[in-house]
Amino acid sequence: MYADKPLNKFLSSLAVNGVLALICLLWTIPTIGLLVSSFRDRLDINSTGWWTIFPHQDWVKVAELRPEEGVDRNTPMTLGGVTHTFEEFRDGVQVGNQRYKWIGNRRIGYVQVQEYRWTANTDFTLENYRQVLAGGNYTATLKDGTTVTELGDDMSGSFLNSLAVAIPSTVIPIALAAFAAYGFAWMRFPGRKMLFILVVALLVVPLQVALVPILRDFVTLGINGTFLAVWLAHTGFGLPLATYLLYNYISELPRDIFESAFIDGASHFTIFAQLVLPLAVPALASFAIFQFLWVWNDYLVGLIFIGATPGSQLVTMRLAEIVGSRGQDWHLLTAGAFITMLLPLTVFFSLQRFFVRGLLAGSVKG
Amino acid sequence: MATSSSPSAPPGAWGRTAIALVPLLATLAGLGWGFLILRDLQVPQLVLVLLAIVWGVGGMVLLFTTANFFAEQLPGPWIARVQAWIFVGPAMLMLIWALALPAVRTVIISLYDSIGTKFIGLDNYLGVFTDANMLTVFRNNLLWMIFGTAFTVSLGLLVAVLSDRSRFETLAKGLIFMPMAISFVGAGVIWNFIYAVRPADGAQIGLLNAFWVALGGQPEAWTAFFQPWNNFFLIVIVIWLQTGYSMVLFSAAIKGISTEILEAARVDGANEVQVFFQIMIPMIMGTIITVTTTIVIFTLKIFDVVIVMTGGQYGTSVIATEFYRQYFTYNNDGYGSAIAVVLFIAVIPVMVYNLRQFAQPEAF
Amino acid sequence: MSKKLFNLVSVLVLTALILAACGPAATPAPTEPAQPTGTILERAMAGEFKGAVVTATGPFVDQDAQKFEAMIKEFEDQTGIDVQYQGSKEFEASIKAAVTAGNAPDIVDFPQPGLLSTFVAQGKVTDLGQFFDRATLEQTYNPSWLDMAMLQGPNGKIMAGVWERVNGKSLVWYPKKAWDEAGYKIPATWDEMKALMDQMVADGSTPWCVGIESGAATGWVATDWMEEIMLRTTSLENYDKWVAGTLPFSSPEVKNAAEVMSDIWQDKYVYGGQAGIVKTSFSDAPLPLFDADGPKCWMHKQGNFVTSFFPEGSQAGVDYDFFYFPPLDAAYGKPVLVAGDIWAAFTDEPAAIAVLEWFTHGSHLKSWMQAGGAIAPHKDADLSWYGNDIERGVAKIIQEATSVRFDGSDLMPGQVGAGSFWKEMSSYVAGAEDLDTALKNIDASWPK
Repeated sequence: MYADKPLNKFLSSLAVNGVLALICLLWTIPTIGLLVSSFRDRLDINSTGWWTIFPHQDWVKVAELRPEEGVDRNTPMTLGGVTHTFEEFRDGVQVGNQRYKWIGNRRIGYVQVQEYRWTANTDFTLENYRQVLAGGNYTATLKDGTTVTELGDDMSGSFLNSLAVAIPSTVIPIALAAFAAYGFAWMRFPGRKMLFILVVALLVVPLQVALVPILRDFVTLGINGTFLAVWLAHTGFGLPLATYLLYNYISELPRDIFESAFIDGASHFTIFAQLVLPLAVPALASFAIFQFLWVWNDYLVGLIFIGATPGSQLVTMRLAEIVGSRGQDWHLLTAGAFITMLLPLTVFFSLQRFFVRGLLAGSVKG
Repeated sequence: MATSSSPSAPPGAWGRTAIALVPLLATLAGLGWGFLILRDLQVPQLVLVLLAIVWGVGGMVLLFTTANFFAEQLPGPWIARVQAWIFVGPAMLMLIWALALPAVRTVIISLYDSIGTKFIGLDNYLGVFTDANMLTVFRNNLLWMIFGTAFTVSLGLLVAVLSDRSRFETLAKGLIFMPMAISFVGAGVIWNFIYAVRPADGAQIGLLNAFWVALGGQPEAWTAFFQPWNNFFLIVIVIWLQTGYSMVLFSAAIKGISTEILEAARVDGANEVQVFFQIMIPMIMGTIITVTTTIVIFTLKIFDVVIVMTGGQYGTSVIATEFYRQYFTYNNDGYGSAIAVVLFIAVIPVMVYNLRQFAQPEAF
Repeated sequence: MSKKLFNLVSVLVLTALILAACGPAATPAPTEPAQPTGTILERAMAGEFKGAVVTATGPFVDQDAQKFEAMIKEFEDQTGIDVQYQGSKEFEASIKAAVTAGNAPDIVDFPQPGLLSTFVAQGKVTDLGQFFDRATLEQTYNPSWLDMAMLQGPNGKIMAGVWERVNGKSLVWYPKKAWDEAGYKIPATWDEMKALMDQMVADGSTPWCVGIESGAATGWVATDWMEEIMLRTTSLENYDKWVAGTLPFSSPEVKNAAEVMSDIWQDKYVYGGQAGIVKTSFSDAPLPLFDADGPKCWMHKQGNFVTSFFPEGSQAGVDYDFFYFPPLDAAYGKPVLVAGDIWAAFTDEPAAIAVLEWFTHGSHLKSWMQAGGAIAPHKDADLSWYGNDIERGVAKIIQEATSVRFDGSDLMPGQVGAGSFWKEMSSYVAGAEDLDTALKNIDASWPK
């Protein structure tokens, strides 16, 4: 028996954890880059790599040498005791353990004396986070010449709005889909096959084609701009995947666990509520995470269905405004991306306890 | 009507049904009453948001419950007929309204000219399939579908299996999952960093070019040069984002395999590779098909990553970005819709495969 | 907030009861003016439309939106009309969805007339000609601006909108302090500029910074360069014909312009070379001008909006300044390329029209001009209103131009101006296509 071979077991565990660690490292590096960058100044972000915060060997400036006034920079120049042309300095001149390197243009540049040694860029700032959290403070000059500084909305209001959108937009499609998935899996009715194929087919419909018709219906019903409108839209867009995934799971539940219940006279509804739902918790939790993430990170659907209503900004809309209309304010984007990540990660870790073995143990014989 | 379609209904059954309507109606009334309370409530936004959530979510649960109660009180043969629709009906109505009708509408628009006034038959499709630019688009989607799906599914499965046997499961899964929590805009920032290019004389701020230059290369614009290979630099992003998705589903499926079976196989002398291929894989085949199907479809309609990274320029545009450009940017409704319809057509093989796999478990 | 929730809740119940469809949204009946006197704006100023709400949208968010709010507040205070602006980063999608679904905001800011023209062709846009008198408008606008606002509707040309802000494009930005220190001279002609470029190369620098990356709009910087060079190498008639689609891209004139551009966009002249051009965001492109180790490049051609992407704290006139992108051939004078924002109305509610009429007066923009970031197309806008010399200078360049032409790609049909032109120039610059193929592909994409 394998348990008798501790060495084998150790090696296999080493292999498992080794491969896993490698993948995790690869997967995490980009995010670490984001995290580190979010604490760096805009200019630093644009001039050095984020990994330079770690100790590394590099040419470090120790002194500056400037040619004296009137020296012809088109001929060899004597600086710090060595004579070279501009071109030679530009390529770097080795002097002992130092390097003399011309920085910048021939006309206004200078020679930097550099030493190769250990260094690290450890200038960190909280400014990016402060700016994102404070929202868009701005100063405007009025016609009479006075200046006013107005505080932008803080993020808490939009955070609440995002929650009010995301929670029902997660729960409603899951509930509808769970019922439908059970119906497809364990009930017989005319058109069952065709309707299921419709569900699969609708997976591919890009939500962009549905924006205009749905908006038109909302306008007709007079509910455009309300949370309900966004709930309904997200429900519609999320349902195909929810139904499809939950069907897959629910249809594979072993038949015998229901059989005895039916023999005991239980109805479909009782079986669904008391047997299927508890057994489907891992699947429900998985989909809940995905749907929550999509809704939480959505910008377009929210923008189109409640975007025009003042005071109902979502976090993503707020973020989009903070980072500016045209630019790539990387320093703000990195901080903003991290702030918006926090809640989804919390949701993931809190739901992870549902993904444990043995949930089916006892009820499933295989 | 009742007598013609259900002759076996005993007399008086319909009366009971009428009584069973009471809870359903009471629920509706209760929701209305709750609404009145909510309307007049003067409480902070937080409380109101919470109450609205409870009201909306709880109301739906109550409605399902009472509707089922009603269905179960129907005369014998009617129960099954009505109940199936109570289970499936609401979801299907939502689907048809939100996606099926718009899809049909898209097909209709695709037969008209750009501003939708003149019927032009299949001219738009003729345009789509003869445009050299669209051929690049289709090629790109094929690359996305094949490589994006293959790597996302296999890596997700690998991580799910490995982490299941590791003591660091929670941590490992959390790290792999983390990219999913990042919005596409955020992901765009991260990967723009990794692919960033700086002139050779200065420091590289992009990780990839920093490595490349350290190995002696010239800084390259990874997502713009080397067409069509630059598409792979975008596909990597989606693999990074979506592996967490397949991992979560595979992990849930693996947790569903009972320990006894695995133990039994091991006791019988099967090694881990055999356990994986001969027991695990067949047992989670349904999940593998599901995950593959959803990722194939996801890559077919890939949009955000391309828009954020290259805007579809440099030979990286895909069906969804082309549709978006034609329909929204150029206001070329007919042509744009025809492109979207190509997506619907492309998914037909996937549907047929799923139809075959659509298990017909014996319903009760 | 609670009112919105209340609405939401009420609608939820209605839907649950399947009654929602029976309750159409109540729209306030428009109040009929009793005795209209004067223009709509004058009536608005008299308080006639007090309490009316005008919804507005546009592509600008963040600082620009805040400056807009600050500007419009004055109008709101004077008229009692509430203007509610909500900007959108996905402007194209949201405006199209809203207009098609019959839910367009009252007034909309279009950054490109090309985008507006489709809605005009569909008959969705209000003809402002029925409210405004051309002769009056000519007191505040050059006729060419008014002509550019005339777009083809289903029943002939209509006045589709009013120009509010303008962006001067033919500007080259340079790091003034370092420039003066290095003793470089501002080039007045193309030849001087070429000589300067070679001088900079000899001095161990790269003259230009260029970046064409811009998300879904990648490539527009290249089209701006093409337009500038077209204006400098061929007649205005040819430029207009090119924009209208009668002078093909494969013609010698256009090809020549592309070659003149490629002549500058060489690895030795542009910081970062080809890779730098294709992968540098237009917003990051000017940063090397301000590098801590001295300028990595010395010139950056971009519209006046670019100053908001300069490093924080850099001072106009000290750290940076601009000069006019020099003429190439004296025969074609000193042309200036501009772009602008045009506001259109999707309603004929007088309160909304009053806002647009307010926009037709240069004075409305005064606070924004003082805050910086806006240049008025209006004749009656005073140069002294500008909050900084840079924008005053830009406005002056536009005034002194021998000819002004609007950004050609903004006027071309979307498939070309916001599509193949961007796309093919990007492909060409990235080296994936030769010039002839790129130009031929653009011609092929022109709608028949």
